[in-house]
Amino acid sequence: MIVVKDLHKSFGKSEVLKGIDVTIKKGEVVVVIGPSGSGKSTFLRCLNLLETPTSGNISVNEQDITAKKVNIDKVREKMGMVFQQFNLFPHKNVSQNICHAPIKVKGLKAPEAKSLAIELLKKVGLLEKVEAYPSSLSGGQQQRIAIARALAMKPEVMLFDEPTSALDPEMVGEVLAVMKGLAKEGMTMVVVTHEMGFAKEVGDRILFIDQGKILEENNPKEFFGNPKHPRTIDFLSKVL
Amino acid sequence: MNFSFLGTYYQFFITGIYITIILALIAVVLGSILGVALTLLRRSKYKVVKLIGDIYVEFIRGTPLLAQIYIIYIGVPALFSGMDIPDLAVGAIALSLNAAAYISETIRSGIEAVSKGQMEAARSLGMSQRTAMFDIIMPQAFKNILPALGNQFIGSIKDSSIVSVIGVAELMYETTIVRGNTALGLEPILVASLGYLVLTFTLSRLLGIVERRLKTSDRR
Repeated sequence: MIVVKDLHKSFGKSEVLKGIDVTIKKGEVVVVIGPSGSGKSTFLRCLNLLETPTSGNISVNEQDITAKKVNIDKVREKMGMVFQQFNLFPHKNVSQNICHAPIKVKGLKAPEAKSLAIELLKKVGLLEKVEAYPSSLSGGQQQRIAIARALAMKPEVMLFDEPTSALDPEMVGEVLAVMKGLAKEGMTMVVVTHEMGFAKEVGDRILFIDQGKILEENNPKEFFGNPKHPRTIDFLSKVL
Repeated sequence: MNFSFLGTYYQFFITGIYITIILALIAVVLGSILGVALTLLRRSKYKVVKLIGDIYVEFIRGTPLLAQIYIIYIGVPALFSGMDIPDLAVGAIALSLNAAAYISETIRSGIEAVSKGQMEAARSLGMSQRTAMFDIIMPQAFKNILPALGNQFIGSIKDSSIVSVIGVAELMYETTIVRGNTALGLEPILVASLGYLVLTFTLSRLLGIVERRLKTSDRR
């Protein structure tokens, strides 16, 4: 579903991604781990072109999205993204946060969007917050709303950029639970995270990125039980 | 202190305030519209367009309003020879063009204060640059800049006094006439100042109400 070929990204003189090749299949949960500054977030942000790759190709459903005349807004409709800092719209309430894009981008009628919002809020367990403003919600609640907002566009793939890193420890669980639920429903997911427990339990495949390259990739059992690359072994010994 | 002249001359002040209100109103409304347009120019992806906007703002910020008023007063009729533009219009245009530059600066700072993540979140949901700008960024920016915008509007009311130099019969101009006729130095100025104070105070109260409204929509 997503094919990345020889992806490079530089910021000025520093090369953050040095040739990434990866294929993500439909329904797969790919977990990307690696030390800070390794380029894993940049890799994720390249997938929906929040960062423009310096060179290389990314194709989604066999469409090359790095080509010049691609309508990137159309591509992004199919790719939900969840950010570390939630990025809910503070001037809109929960319902408006969820409904705005489906109405404005997809042309849904307001009542349709509203019932979609209610259905999604049930799913993330926050139905009672439908009229609340983001500033009155906890971090964990905001992140669950952000997930619901992304799902409202009915994406084919969900990208998670360290979704639990800005949360108090006791709120991490509620967000991971929502993500687990999504994985069970067969959503294609790419998750950048430091939650090794989640990677082990939910991931179909683990990518270990360091210094802008994928150093090792494997299924969780092999990856955590029998890491091969010296950097992977070193990293896992520090985080586990 | 002798305010007995008011009995004879109050009409001068009424007329003056009326013209001042018109000038300030035009400067604020037209200045805001032009200010938004100018902001869009300065955010254009075309370098030349952006440069024109930047030069304009630098010029207005870097030269005195008095000079700008003279430039328009003398320059515009010279440019469109034969056209008879009323002084009031010249004054209003000069004030609007001046206000636009400052308002544009204020809007720019407001847009830049909205976190980058807001634009990214909007775009990642498939919104176009334009939709994201108008629906997500601008409303937040507007709330951020409302106090600064209020200062700018109050500034426009006070700046309008300067167009008296080209003979626009606003409050300051009328005050000068009263001073000449009555040979009183201080008292007419005090009356005029009170007039300005009433206008600016009313405006800041109105803006305060708008500000509170926007705040309450934030939290429930």
